Amino acid sequence: MQEKEVIIIGGGAAGLAAAVACHQKGIEDILIIERGDYLGGILNQCIHDGFGLEKFNTSLTGPEYAQRYIDKVANRKIPFLLNSMVVGLTPQKEVVVVNSQGLQHYRARVIILAMGCRERTRGAINIPGARPSGIYTAGVAQELINLKNYMVGEKIVVLGSGDIGLIMARRLTLEGAKVIMVAEKLPYSSGLPRNINQCLYDFDIPLLLSHTVVDIEGNGRLSGVTIAQLGKRGGIITGSKRKITCDTLLLSVGLIPENELSREADIVLDNITGGPQVDERGQTSIPGIFSCGNVLQVHDIVDNVSLEAEYIVEGVVEYLEGKLNKEREIKVELRNGLRYVVPQTLIRVKDTIFSFRVNQPGEKKVIVFENGKKVIKKKFLRRVNPAEMIRVKLSSSELEGIKRLKVRLV
Amino acid sequence: MKAINNHYDVVIIGGGVVGCAIARELSKYKVSVAVLEKEADVSWGISCRNSGVIHAGFNYKPGTLRAQLCVEGNKSFARLCQELDVPYKKIGKVVVAQKKEEIRELKKLKAQGEKNKVEGLQIIDSAELKILEPNVKGIAALYSPETAITSPYLLTIALAENALRNGVSFFLNTKVISIAKLRNSDFRINTNQGKFTSSYVINSAGLYSDKVAHMVEKDKYRIYPCRGEYYVLDKNASWIINRLIYPVPKAGAGGLGVHFTPTIDENILIGPSNEYIKQKDNFSTTSQIMKMLSAEAQKFLPLISSRDIIRSYSGIRAKQAPSSEGGYWDFVIEESDSVNNFINLIGIESPGLASSQPIAKKVVEIINKKERLNSNFNFTPFRKGILRFEEQDEKTKKALIKQDPNYGEIVCRCEKVTKKEILEAANNPLGARSLISIKYRTRAMMGRCQGGYCQTRIMEILRESFKLSPQEINLKGNNSYLLTGYRSNKENKSCKKKKLLSLEEELLV
Repeated sequence: MQEKEVIIIGGGAAGLAAAVACHQKGIEDILIIERGDYLGGILNQCIHDGFGLEKFNTSLTGPEYAQRYIDKVANRKIPFLLNSMVVGLTPQKEVVVVNSQGLQHYRARVIILAMGCRERTRGAINIPGARPSGIYTAGVAQELINLKNYMVGEKIVVLGSGDIGLIMARRLTLEGAKVIMVAEKLPYSSGLPRNINQCLYDFDIPLLLSHTVVDIEGNGRLSGVTIAQLGKRGGIITGSKRKITCDTLLLSVGLIPENELSREADIVLDNITGGPQVDERGQTSIPGIFSCGNVLQVHDIVDNVSLEAEYIVEGVVEYLEGKLNKEREIKVELRNGLRYVVPQTLIRVKDTIFSFRVNQPGEKKVIVFENGKKVIKKKFLRRVNPAEMIRVKLSSSELEGIKRLKVRLV
Repeated sequence: MKAINNHYDVVIIGGGVVGCAIARELSKYKVSVAVLEKEADVSWGISCRNSGVIHAGFNYKPGTLRAQLCVEGNKSFARLCQELDVPYKKIGKVVVAQKKEEIRELKKLKAQGEKNKVEGLQIIDSAELKILEPNVKGIAALYSPETAITSPYLLTIALAENALRNGVSFFLNTKVISIAKLRNSDFRINTNQGKFTSSYVINSAGLYSDKVAHMVEKDKYRIYPCRGEYYVLDKNASWIINRLIYPVPKAGAGGLGVHFTPTIDENILIGPSNEYIKQKDNFSTTSQIMKMLSAEAQKFLPLISSRDIIRSYSGIRAKQAPSSEGGYWDFVIEESDSVNNFINLIGIESPGLASSQPIAKKVVEIINKKERLNSNFNFTPFRKGILRFEEQDEKTKKALIKQDPNYGEIVCRCEKVTKKEILEAANNPLGARSLISIKYRTRAMMGRCQGGYCQTRIMEILRESFKLSPQEINLKGNNSYLLTGYRSNKENKSCKKKKLLSLEEELLV
């Protein structure tokens, strides 16, 4: 059994930022454990630009963004393992790692979960029809094209308007494929507005809202899909079905935080976010196990992942110094209009960043924070959109004397 | 036994569980045997698409082959799985009554089972059911301790591999086009891969057994495809049930009703539905049936949530009973009355998996009566499957990685499958090279992320192992190519960017 001060599971955007932040705070006994054969995780396959606008005030590609952190990890000589899969995690903060050198046990004072997320699949959204080849999740197609240099198809229908789907619609077009359409089940897009503009409209790719795939055909390779328009209640509008000839169906239908290890360690998860329930410093239900990035909640942009990772490290330092004591636990109570909040609980009165997502798009909204019946903060929002995470910071003075924290969208 | 000039003593048409069981049974004797399979791997017809249940035998009319062979098969199944290194668990089954009138049906089933010599059947009340299955709603149940589960595709693969090792030849991607009876009374079998001749033909073509029979004799049989759709639940939901949970079968139904099957790998299956369809190769799932399955599931297990669903699939029953009649006809296992040495296996639907071994024995008996076969003293009943790293204790795991570092590379995260296992599966003795062949042999890509993490890695392993071009990597046999080639760098003329935005403008968008 090897002992470590901090073990970080996952060497992607969140894990790297957390590692660098830990090191900056004087923690040196760190180990990053990464399952892939390079650091940077999914950023490496995101060769489009637009990363780093918030963090570095410049537009970088995914690999460039990752490299900034990889360089910092290298300069600071922070140890990491590659090609190493964590296969076990216990509430006692023991970690079991398998790699080609063998099977190793580690114990850490702090564990930071930074495993990222995975894509929702055809099975999870239950698309009926045949099972031919040529059905890919957008991220898998992105990996095949950008990292392996393969082409996945020629005539493509994209289901779901998640950001990776939009980016892949553009990517495939640039590679010579015909992207026939992007169909979105909801009456609004689930991707960022800037991606709709830059990836679809600039390339004349139609976005069909309130449309979904209701059948898949193909013996061997995919030969076509049937799409249909959905009514207000989600039912298929009669007569709206039409067949589209294509050889590839790309799915961009949501991301799921990858919490298999968290579950194994009996960490309490939030049913809506799919990530652990955390306090204001990203600490899970098990003291000393922290969580940040897409494993905690799916983010829209990587800059916020890095910021979140840096932010929770303040809690890591406090925990290691024995200062992160639960004074009391206040549950953040959500009222109408808001789908989720992170953190789910507050344990102290400190500056806190809250992340929200709304249920529906809307205009001229206000997020109201209340202590009991007393309004302690209002945040005005010109537009709200489920695709865009809302982040609001409350200072310790605003949170002073708090007994019950209720948040609503009006 | 070696074949000469593509002549075999016996040609078996169909590499499903029954065809492969017959091949293995025949390899105990000094006969040359060829199995012709139209797909790119064995088990890809209905043998990979059922519930994987080794039925005890109380559902079948006494005196029928289905009753007799199922009970016989159930009793020898554990040993078969042990010989072939195939997973097997005797988990038992409960048939649950929800209405008073159904209790009478339970008693009938019990009496029928006892007539069939099924052991251990017991009617239990709701309190006893609660102890066995705390999450199942019901007022009484028939408990069958002898019902077991296996992996239907692993069993088929194991039977084939063991037969291969004992001298049987397997021809994949080989579709029979026509069969002629020659003057010397041999058969000539024309396939898309050339001609074969044989002294015997065994028609175990499953859904297509009627078509194959009609290649040599007048229309006598007809197979009606009857589809059953299933849901697969995440392993996280496996705690909900401990045994197979069935409803009381409705009179005249051609299936056993929507049931819950814990699989050998600790997923739960919900299904199958029961729907006569037109095409024999339409393995689609449909939205109506998927909705119905969810609703039926809720009746017995209110705890099941649609969030637990990771996949759906369908299988097709090879039914002799037309839809107007419903119910079941008995298995046909006999030599054709008009064509000598042509043995038909028709309508082998449920309990075909449980009965596969006794069916094989029965077929060999038919030949043996005519030929007096000599034993193959080199026959070995044993076959080793791919060692599953995840199932080993820690000491063994460490030793395995030391012995081969490929054991230290976990390719499939959900099912914890190592590169070593993927390589072994890719190099399987039958020479099946599809992605699905690896999936069935290792469980890689079967977990909750459905290959999201490992599929590209497995594709690379296949490509590197067999020096394939990107277009040659198949999902499931011919024409199921996964890639259209390398990235071309061709400029796409249809794509012109409308206007370039400055960084500031982009930020505003």
